[in-house]
Amino acid sequence: MFYREAGDFKTSYRDDNQTFPIRLDRAGYWIALFVAFCVIPFFVNDYWVNSIFAPFFIYAIAALGLNILTGYAGQVSLGTGGFMAVGAYACYKLMVAFPEINIVFHVLIAGGITAAVGVAFGLPSLRIKGFYLAVATLAAQFFLVWLFNKVAWFYNYSASGQINAPERTVFGVIVTGPNTEAWAKYMICLVFLVGVAWVARNLTRGMTGRKWMGIRDMDIAAEIIGVNPLMAKMSAFAVSSFFVGIAGALFFAVYLGAAEAGESFGITKSFLVLFMVIIGGLGSIFGSFAGAAFMVLMPVVLKNLLVGTMGWPTEIAAELEFIIVGGLIVIFLILEPHGLAQLWRLTKEKLRLWPFPH
Amino acid sequence: MPEQLLFAMEVTLNGLMAGVLYALVALGFVLIFKASGIFNFAQGMLVVFAAMTLVGVQTGQIPFAHLINTIFGTKIHHFGWTVPTILAIIVAGAAMVFVAWVIEKYILQHLIGQPDIILFMATIGMWYFMHGFAPLMWGSEVMKLDVGLAQGINETIDTTTYGWFGYGFFIDNLDIVAAIVAALLVTALVLFSQYTKQGRALRAVADDHSAALSVGISLRFIWVLVWSIAGFVALVAGIMWGSKSGVQISLAEVALKALPVLMLGGFTSIPGAIIGGLIIGVGEQLFEFAIGPLVGGATQAWFAYVLALVFLIFRPQGLFGEKIIERV
Repeated sequence: MFYREAGDFKTSYRDDNQTFPIRLDRAGYWIALFVAFCVIPFFVNDYWVNSIFAPFFIYAIAALGLNILTGYAGQVSLGTGGFMAVGAYACYKLMVAFPEINIVFHVLIAGGITAAVGVAFGLPSLRIKGFYLAVATLAAQFFLVWLFNKVAWFYNYSASGQINAPERTVFGVIVTGPNTEAWAKYMICLVFLVGVAWVARNLTRGMTGRKWMGIRDMDIAAEIIGVNPLMAKMSAFAVSSFFVGIAGALFFAVYLGAAEAGESFGITKSFLVLFMVIIGGLGSIFGSFAGAAFMVLMPVVLKNLLVGTMGWPTEIAAELEFIIVGGLIVIFLILEPHGLAQLWRLTKEKLRLWPFPH
Repeated sequence: MPEQLLFAMEVTLNGLMAGVLYALVALGFVLIFKASGIFNFAQGMLVVFAAMTLVGVQTGQIPFAHLINTIFGTKIHHFGWTVPTILAIIVAGAAMVFVAWVIEKYILQHLIGQPDIILFMATIGMWYFMHGFAPLMWGSEVMKLDVGLAQGINETIDTTTYGWFGYGFFIDNLDIVAAIVAALLVTALVLFSQYTKQGRALRAVADDHSAALSVGISLRFIWVLVWSIAGFVALVAGIMWGSKSGVQISLAEVALKALPVLMLGGFTSIPGAIIGGLIIGVGEQLFEFAIGPLVGGATQAWFAYVLALVFLIFRPQGLFGEKIIERV
């Protein structure tokens, strides 16, 4: 009844192409931002930030990154965990080497370094495609994790082989280290997420994004109509790895505080982010959020329900989680290959006609 | 002869033997890929599941005992009998056929005509599903698999090589058995696909789906058949791997190494899978032997993948793969 284009007159090309063409969507967007920035930070406690908000925001950044590569440019990658590790270790080295520089820049530079590594491992994508490439990205995954485990320079020769985030501040507020307040963690992740999402949305609806989609749909045809496959694929790898690197840096510095490559950035992490993208929706910004939220919330709910309420051993809960996630992946691929985002789109279509569908 | 050379020879031999095990897993991939164009990421998990089922049946474990105990508060774990090895292998084989049937009926049927990459991701979903299902069914401890295969150092080779070079090579009997079994398995597969009706139908499907359909070959039957064979190959691979290092879920990650083996050998070639396996097996052992100590060791974790990656840049279809032709 209220969800209509009617009466919302578009008088310029700019208006016509905006992200949220329907007034209610725009209002919802601003309200969501307002609540996220100005309401929730006053109420969050450690439990909510550590088990839901921080992982959700960080995984959403990673999922956005992978979605650009897999959903928009069509290059399946199983190396996300390895690239997150690059971001984490680059951030760690920078934090230790230049303590006087603000951590925000460290995170961004860590993203840049990851982008360079991503491009290097993305080069073979010019020659190999599809699942050949997916397997080739496994090389990045295993090699990078091995590198950070074995070369002591990366973890500053610490005896445990772990990296620990030193305490750093932004505008006088502590954001890393054990003394971080819950709201500070929340805010820094949120700011990065909003920034990344804004960049991703605007890249994907412009020239760059159209080139990526051309390459995804059929690379030879795209090449014939004038898309340079080298530039398109490499830019997809660069942007994607940049985001994934930021996610890795935040994951280590803000969320975990201490990390070890094999444990925190193993191949399961690659799968996890890929599943977020599949369940959320390939080639959709909203889908990245939905997928990340789903994959973060599901284990929490399952654990609370089975272990907390019914007193089952955690082992069985973990095994059931594998079964449910795996099953859902297959079910989604069969019933709705475009994921939660498509379900959301269908709901909105229905809503536009409601309550008079004829 | 200099000592280093002797060591290198021993490492090469052991690498060949390890390569056989990779090849066994890779074989299952190739079979499915040839017949249905599906890149079955879950093959490694099939290996683990097959091996777990075998041990579970053999030792008389009750399936889902842990889950049943949790729900009903009982304390059951074993039936209290042990099943003879042969019978256990037959039961495990039947279980793999059942798995193949389930996969075909509930997953592949619904994904016909989807892009390859969607099917690939569906098999990753299957990998994940079984990652939870297998330990839920048979428990998550390391299981000891013993089907009475010869194990330990081979004395004959040890004494013979000692007589030749003054240094005895250490070759595990189990590796030799694995090599023989692999050779037998490949021979059986080749005979099957050359001389039986089903085998010919299978090759026809691999060649051209629609043409095979039009001469009256049932695609569904062939797919169940080929997944069953892949399940059987997984069982054999599972027996070998399991006897060597015990059965546990992390075995599936080792089995992932069959992927670079395939990329090296080509996805459509059975000899490619064998030779790729041998190259990777020898390559990673020699690399670890020669370069490993300089860079901190444990290079087996990535060497196979990087080798395949570098190799693919020069020859995207692998050593024995069919040339990839793309049209708009």
